Amino acid sequence: MSATETFDAAKVRPLWHRIVVRPETVTLLLLIIAIFVSASLSPFFADLRFVLESATFYIEFGIVALMLTLVVVSGEIDLSVAAMMALSACLFGIAHRAGLGMPLAIIIGLGSGALMGALNGVLVTIFRLPSIIATIGTMTLYRGIAQVIAGDRSVGGFPSWFVGIDFIAVGIVPVPVIIFTILAILLGIVLGGTLFGRQIYQTGTNPVAARHAGIRVGRLKRILFIASGLTSAVAGLLMASRLGVVRYDLATGGELQAVLIVMLGGTYIFGGRGTIAGTFLALWLLIIIQTGMTVANIAIDAQLTVLGLLLILAIISANSIYASGRR
Amino acid sequence: MRKLTLIATAAAIGLMAGAATAQDQVEIVYIPKNTGNPYFDSIIGGFADACAELNCSFTTVAPATAEATSQIPFITAQIQRGVDVIAISPNSPDALNQVFDRARSRGIQVLIVNSDIPGSEAHRDAAILPVDFTTIGPAQVELLGSMINYDGEIAILSATTDAPDQNVWIADMQTVLENDDAYADMDLVTIAYGDDDPQKSTTEAEALLANYPDLAGIISPTTVGVAAAAQVVETAGRAPELQVTGLGTPNQMRRFIENETVQAFQLWSPYNQGLLAAHFAMGVNDGSITNEPGQTFDVPGLGTITIGDDNVILTQDQPTTFDASNIDDFNF
Repeated sequence: MSATETFDAAKVRPLWHRIVVRPETVTLLLLIIAIFVSASLSPFFADLRFVLESATFYIEFGIVALMLTLVVVSGEIDLSVAAMMALSACLFGIAHRAGLGMPLAIIIGLGSGALMGALNGVLVTIFRLPSIIATIGTMTLYRGIAQVIAGDRSVGGFPSWFVGIDFIAVGIVPVPVIIFTILAILLGIVLGGTLFGRQIYQTGTNPVAARHAGIRVGRLKRILFIASGLTSAVAGLLMASRLGVVRYDLATGGELQAVLIVMLGGTYIFGGRGTIAGTFLALWLLIIIQTGMTVANIAIDAQLTVLGLLLILAIISANSIYASGRR
Repeated sequence: MRKLTLIATAAAIGLMAGAATAQDQVEIVYIPKNTGNPYFDSIIGGFADACAELNCSFTTVAPATAEATSQIPFITAQIQRGVDVIAISPNSPDALNQVFDRARSRGIQVLIVNSDIPGSEAHRDAAILPVDFTTIGPAQVELLGSMINYDGEIAILSATTDAPDQNVWIADMQTVLENDDAYADMDLVTIAYGDDDPQKSTTEAEALLANYPDLAGIISPTTVGVAAAAQVVETAGRAPELQVTGLGTPNQMRRFIENETVQAFQLWSPYNQGLLAAHFAMGVNDGSITNEPGQTFDVPGLGTITIGDDNVILTQDQPTTFDASNIDDFNF
């Protein structure tokens, strides 16, 4: 008798339950707690201008993580994002140094990102390599090419209008934060409100069924990988502007930062579930925690421990919520 | 939007709860390349001791990895904390320029410690370097010469073929060997490259012993190479006919000094750099030191220090020689 009741309860969860019991809610709660803990840790934290300024150090990975969310929801992963940031930024820097002019250099930077993403897409959909393997391979390849072409030196000398985009602000909001927010809204609409978005979820949930339902799964994934390359290139250019120089080792380890943000946001690593809202909140959670602990002079080993615990907590809660919601 | 409201609320609470208490002590922060490196711990020791004496408040923070941009959030946080002096051993010669400018625009003194930022000198106030690097090559040749009675075949074990510091020092060694009559009987037979890799350095050192049976001395101006060469000579039992010296850290070389495989080696004192940096920062802060090339100031224990071109300050002229008599005084 009770078994039947449980079955019924699971089948029709009340509306409030579906709205409140979501991985994003956990992220939001953690974010609120983090804000208050950070403010109590140090009197220097509670300064919106400072928090937004510090946000610019993480926003590039946040931009990458937004697009990565779509890739992960589709059932794939892209670990070459940071290497694509570095190589596209290096190609941009070298094109500028060669005297091609800034507009052309920016086009080369963005175009190379799209091309690198296309190669990832081809390896995954046409050569049928698991994306984790394929993009670990291209991660090393792209980083290696960047080192070959840029050498061990920095490439700089960009015009002053290009350098320091993080210093330019609308009110007190730096431009990279605005770019991140606009991209989050756009991708949120794409994933949550369009046919293409529904196809991404279906592909991630069950690619075979999606194919039978007439979704061109290969094409969809290629589009996502190309878009991932393109957003990585945008993030690479933002980083080049922030630092004023590019190097082959730009954004080293950034792929793990991006994956961490996506996971913190409650996106399911095996695909089919996750939202842009979660990733958006997760980036702010990361910013608040890191900034709060850094300004309180908390040692880095303690910081990493806290981040690791949070990540595990976020994944456990996401998994249990998805399990309870499964019919 | 909701997020912004939340932050704003937190901000309001924070402002009400904890208006920053005014500090009258000068605040100095030192940011090494990364955490857990004994070499930088030694610099930190110098800062801490100087601050205890000069009555400044000293803290140190560092990223987990020595990656080019990993120090930037730490610098920004220190700007926010309102420190007076940021001393840093930077992980990049130019990626920090923008944030250095921001710190200096808020009146914070930016000091580079241990290695300069070539080409970006305009973005910092001064650089405190360990030693006059032009003295390294001649000092190493003289040290080895004194150990082998200025006579016999010698070899150099370097890092990589394109390591800039090593190549400058080796060129200086070659110049002094050719031009100074005191070294006329010392014959440089080869230069080997161990790539600063312990395994490769060991293999290269073994090859030197095999190919040059009459070898009297090895100079290895790199901490990895000199430890590997000492290990090989110890294993082969070739000391004291074959002398090893170079640039090494006391902790790495202590064992070889104690078992007399190595008589002496050189480096500089990271501790003194911290000491000097703190004295300099305090002097500039209270106006007793003018931060201009040619100006001089006194540091207890280090003597009179001169500010050089480009606001480069050398902690010592000659490298420090470590041997059985003094190695116990150093821990890095």
